[in-house]
Amino acid sequence: MYVAVKGGAAAIENSWRLLAAERRGDPRVPELSVAQVREQLRLAVDRVMTEGSLYDPELAALAVKQAQGDLIEAIFLLRAYRTTLPRFGYSAPIDTARMVLTRRISATFKDVPGGQLLGRTYDYTQRLLDFTLLEEGEETPLRTSIAQGDATPPDLINEAMPRVNTLLAREGLMESPAPAHAGEPGDLTREPLMFPAARALRLQGLARGDEGFLFALGYSTQRGYANTHPFTGEIRRGTVAVEFVADEVGFALDIGDIEITECQMVNQFAGSRDVAPQFTQGYGLAFGSAERKSIAMAMVDRALRAEELDEPQTAVAQDQEFVLMHADNVEASGFVQHLKLPHYVDFQAELELVRRLQAERAGNAEQEAA
Amino acid sequence: MSATAMNRARCDENYNFAYLDERTKKMIRRAILKAVAIPGYQVPFGSREMPFAFGWGTGGIQVTASIIGRNDVLKVIDQGADDTTNAVNIRSFFARTTGVATTERTVDATIVQTRHRIPETPLAEHQILVYQVPMPEPLYRLEPRRRETITLHALADYGLMNVKLYEDIAQLGAISRTYDYPVIVDERYLMSPSPIPKFDNPKMHMNAALQLFGAGREKRIYAVPPYTSVRSLDFEDHPFEVQRWLHACALCGARDSFLDEMIVDDAGRRLFVCSDSDYCGARRAAGHVGAGQAIDADAARVLR
Repeated sequence: MYVAVKGGAAAIENSWRLLAAERRGDPRVPELSVAQVREQLRLAVDRVMTEGSLYDPELAALAVKQAQGDLIEAIFLLRAYRTTLPRFGYSAPIDTARMVLTRRISATFKDVPGGQLLGRTYDYTQRLLDFTLLEEGEETPLRTSIAQGDATPPDLINEAMPRVNTLLAREGLMESPAPAHAGEPGDLTREPLMFPAARALRLQGLARGDEGFLFALGYSTQRGYANTHPFTGEIRRGTVAVEFVADEVGFALDIGDIEITECQMVNQFAGSRDVAPQFTQGYGLAFGSAERKSIAMAMVDRALRAEELDEPQTAVAQDQEFVLMHADNVEASGFVQHLKLPHYVDFQAELELVRRLQAERAGNAEQEAA
Repeated sequence: MSATAMNRARCDENYNFAYLDERTKKMIRRAILKAVAIPGYQVPFGSREMPFAFGWGTGGIQVTASIIGRNDVLKVIDQGADDTTNAVNIRSFFARTTGVATTERTVDATIVQTRHRIPETPLAEHQILVYQVPMPEPLYRLEPRRRETITLHALADYGLMNVKLYEDIAQLGAISRTYDYPVIVDERYLMSPSPIPKFDNPKMHMNAALQLFGAGREKRIYAVPPYTSVRSLDFEDHPFEVQRWLHACALCGARDSFLDEMIVDDAGRRLFVCSDSDYCGARRAAGHVGAGQAIDADAARVLR
């Protein structure tokens, strides 16, 4: 007689072993080190840190290695680890006007105080496969110059530089959104997100939201689903100091530098009965080098301000609950993939109903025929 | 060495007892207390990211982690069975992070964590049943916005659901919900019983055990305290009914349990066996025997 094959424990252990073997791949190829991932797959590491809500390049690189390059799985690993960390409090707000910049561009002004700095970007590479990378042991020009004793890479700006939007606000052309309320902004990793959500919480949700999802939503606003008329006021990338005010000490302590990408959008606003026409802002911030993410975040942030700015809400990108409840890829990935779990019981219940309805229908047909 | 001491020795010392830190457990216990005080009401809580995927039991796991103590005995089931892969995984997680004793016997357990079933063996006052809940909001298919459903619950405005059930009867001749069948708890809150088959709904009513529901991804906890009324929605002329099978369990001969159906050969012959593996095993140990036969596909179609 047939007996259902279950034997869960042994199957799970075998699956772990197979996974470890597959991750290692062909043993004749040298093993990938976490340091290699951290240094040479930086953009993957940056995305995992951003959406994992934890700035730790070493652990993010480990997660990428462990997940065989599946970034959503890596983000999940980092998030689960983050749960076990104690929370000491909020840092002082970072001051991005005092960043050490490696890139800074504005699409609204040809020149801005401090100047534009292209920095490293894929934007103007011609997307041709570089077959020389097939050969190992390449020398990059920058590495050569550092090796020759040039301590700072070229094109690096280390002086305070005002943000473009601040300059516009000074002229009254740009709204200056006041903090909604004083005090701590809330933490959606500790408290459930309730609606309507304050902007600080919305920005948290967007910052850890899935890049692909936000990108698609931002794109939809450009195609007429809630038009927000965006201009890139400024994108800046570089390192910024994080300061923490410890109660015991009483003043801000510099606890280290992090690399970030910040995007400030400038959007048209027609004005209302009480407010003259002016520009409004959308804001994006991500760890590391993550322009696509920070632009998308800024576009969606602006779209989500529809209610606050008294604009008609017609598109999904303007719907707080729709956007924020579906932006988290760890939640989405878990729930979508739980469809792999057994649903025998529910399916059996559905089978019973369909059979009964079919039988009743057949019975009715017989009666009518008789 | 006693069994408890041995279990403790097996426990992984790198993590706090039951994985979560004590402050998080305290926060979750507060949510549970509130849930018990307001039967059927969904309490928002600061759900944590667990080393399990959302949708795979993180809510139930957080509830169990917050209430489990060193002397508890834990049973974990999925689809009624202890040996399904996800149940095995969750049970071994708690064995590793708490060292508590685990069991497959419903009567021996103090905490039963479940997905999709209520055990056939009646529960007692000293037991707690923890449900894994994918979607705590019973109205979500009718109104997806939580901002709206919170108001509907506050006003006990459940017209949407009654109309939906009425439309089912008008269009199909029967209510099309076969699992996650909506209930009213303590004659006040509309509640999702989680995707248990409606077969199990009557077991919730006046149950001696405390029933706790954890939804991790949706960040809600709710509860049915012991001896609380749980009424499945229905109409006077269309009373609530549960599924019945023409067949008995092929292994233990039970006629009163929920049966799993398996297709056993290319001819489509079916085998019906108890979904509750402990119940089935206990009956067989007591000498009950089923026919041990698969059934022709046509016979499987005949109902009542």
